[in-house]
Amino acid sequence: MLEVKHLTKNYGKLIAVTGVSFRADRGETIGLLGPNGAGKTTTVSMIAGLLSPDSGEVLIEGKQVKSDTDPVKLKIGLVPQDMALYDKLSARDNLTFFAALYSLAGAKAKQAIDDVLNLVGLSDRAGDKVETFSGGMKRRLNLAAALLHDPQILLLDEPTVGVDPQSRNAIFDNLEALKKRGKTLIYTTHYMEEAERLCDRIVIIDHGRMIANDTLQGLHKLLPVTNVIAIDLDHADSFKPEQMLALPEVKSAELVQGTLRVGVHDLPRGAPGVLRWLAENGHSYHHVSSEQPDLETVFLTLTGRSLRDS
Amino acid sequence: MIPFLALVRKDLKLFFNDRKAVIVGLLVPIVLASFFGYMFGGQSGKTETSKVPVLAIDLDGSDISRGLITQLGSDKNLDVKPSTLDAAREAVRKGKATVAIVIPKDFGKDAGHALFTGEDKPELGVLYDPSHNVELGMVRGILSGAVMQTVSKEMFTGKGGREMVNESLAQVENNPRISTEDRKALRHLLNGVNELNEQREREGESGQGTITGGLTMPYDTREQAITSGQDIEYNGYAHAFAGMGVQFILFMGLDVGIALLTLRQSGLWQRLRAAPLSRTMLLGSRTVSASLIAGFILLVLFGFARVVFGVHILGSFAGFVGVCAAFSLMTAAFGLMVAALGETVEATRGYSIMATLIMVMLGGAWVPTFVFPAWLRKLTVVVPTRWAMDGLDAMIWRGLGFSSALAPIAVLLLFTLLFGVLAVMRFRWRTE
Repeated sequence: MLEVKHLTKNYGKLIAVTGVSFRADRGETIGLLGPNGAGKTTTVSMIAGLLSPDSGEVLIEGKQVKSDTDPVKLKIGLVPQDMALYDKLSARDNLTFFAALYSLAGAKAKQAIDDVLNLVGLSDRAGDKVETFSGGMKRRLNLAAALLHDPQILLLDEPTVGVDPQSRNAIFDNLEALKKRGKTLIYTTHYMEEAERLCDRIVIIDHGRMIANDTLQGLHKLLPVTNVIAIDLDHADSFKPEQMLALPEVKSAELVQGTLRVGVHDLPRGAPGVLRWLAENGHSYHHVSSEQPDLETVFLTLTGRSLRDS
Repeated sequence: MIPFLALVRKDLKLFFNDRKAVIVGLLVPIVLASFFGYMFGGQSGKTETSKVPVLAIDLDGSDISRGLITQLGSDKNLDVKPSTLDAAREAVRKGKATVAIVIPKDFGKDAGHALFTGEDKPELGVLYDPSHNVELGMVRGILSGAVMQTVSKEMFTGKGGREMVNESLAQVENNPRISTEDRKALRHLLNGVNELNEQREREGESGQGTITGGLTMPYDTREQAITSGQDIEYNGYAHAFAGMGVQFILFMGLDVGIALLTLRQSGLWQRLRAAPLSRTMLLGSRTVSASLIAGFILLVLFGFARVVFGVHILGSFAGFVGVCAAFSLMTAAFGLMVAALGETVEATRGYSIMATLIMVMLGGAWVPTFVFPAWLRKLTVVVPTRWAMDGLDAMIWRGLGFSSALAPIAVLLLFTLLFGVLAVMRFRWRTE
């Protein structure tokens, strides 16, 4: 469906994107994850045909976008990061205008507008000016405008920036519905939880370079530990966590505010051994839980920096 | 065609949706044009202008000095008031009076002698406000006429004048620098004046004649405004509405450019660029919508001018429409060029406002171009607004035919082409 091959874009000496490659099949959601300024938007702009790459290519069903009016562009719907709506026009007038850009008019346009308004739950506000909408409603309308011409590939550039949790959930529901309809979604974000919830594969970009491209499970395997066992000790004061490193399954151990955090690579094999060792050495505990490392940890492991602090 | 029409319709919708902006955008040029129209002649072209405030300081107290002040006061362009030297100097310095005329002691006597002998001319002091040079020129002219009339009248008819003629006769006889031939001629002239004065006095005593006299202007003028036809008076509002229309439409063009610059930095631009639309369509639609809005503004302005101030298109209506259309297109292209050359919105707004104001000023929208220095007048041929103003004036109040609109239309279209090509060449389509 979509193939991105070795995309590179420079602005003078600044390397915006270099060597980014991935592919997305029908019904698949690819997350482009990275801090602000990593090159996500530049990558999306090149896929949408807004920017020409210095090298590399973007193929949509095997074809490149060759001109401003190339019909291949009809297969793409873009949801820009900035709100792309006219505040002084009603929601319906906005959608009528955007539909016309794809030569949709009359009954066809009306049907398309009704469908997308219904999808994003704004049918009852169709006649209201956009300036009266909340941030979340504007974001949903921003999404709807990209769907009017029924594109196969949807490029979503941080579509939930600045919205409340309720609207974010509504947008996620919309995107999951689109995914079920077989749409290919390319989703840029710097929120790990969004990528974890929505994406089949995650491409991590930092300083314009692609540093990982895998499923969530695959990314976890890149980590030295795939699980952390958190044990609340009864008497933590005298406990020395480095003793735990003698166990073959244990990859890390630290004591954080009375809680022993032990990293293991294989939870079913590692957890019994850890708990047995505590019992045999007279360390009692009152609560045990396990945690899976999130994408933040993945990013930290791969780049040595926190995603949010980048 | 559907996308093109949608782009144009959207621009028009956005313009008319902002009703406050539309009303203010129309009201401001109407108010300013009405004001300027009134200032520059109103409907009859004969609006009374304010009088020049003049102070007169009479240090002489003679019949001639009093007569001179009376003569100046009778001029419709001057508001003459008596004053003292110190008060007059202070008033001019503060801008309360434009000119102060100081009539020195013995002015009457010395001026009378100098009239015939040309020697020992007295000096009239003229204190003036340097910011009012134009008025100074006018006062100087009126003063010359008044002095000649007053002094000659006194010399030919007044009692003091007769004494001065006799004194002048004595001076002529005793002045060794005057040649024999000149002395003879001057003696003849002054004796003739004496005879005339005596004859006038006799006529006055017997009631046979009226005492008149003095030198007067040897001509009268018959003024006739050349307008579009006989008995059609110049309407000052015609030029004012054309000027304000040109100015505000240029500003509208500027807004189009700034809006395009702002749009380029927004998600909307990305969405437009992601759609299968050509660059020509994106810029062309903006040109068409801006031209239609400009046409609408002109229509409202001249509609108002016609209904309220009786401004009629006295020349070719087709020519008027042609000039309006060409100017509207030129303005839209100017806006696109502003967007193409601009870097940031803030910087672009600054220099393009300056460029617009210069174009408006050099185009003659504020004041007629004849007040400019000759070199500047020549320079205005490269300013599109000058052609717009010439074209509009020709079609509206000069009452000229369509052929007179052809040159302005052609030049404005050439500017449209120039600005349009520059805009397309320099427009940065990058969206990052």
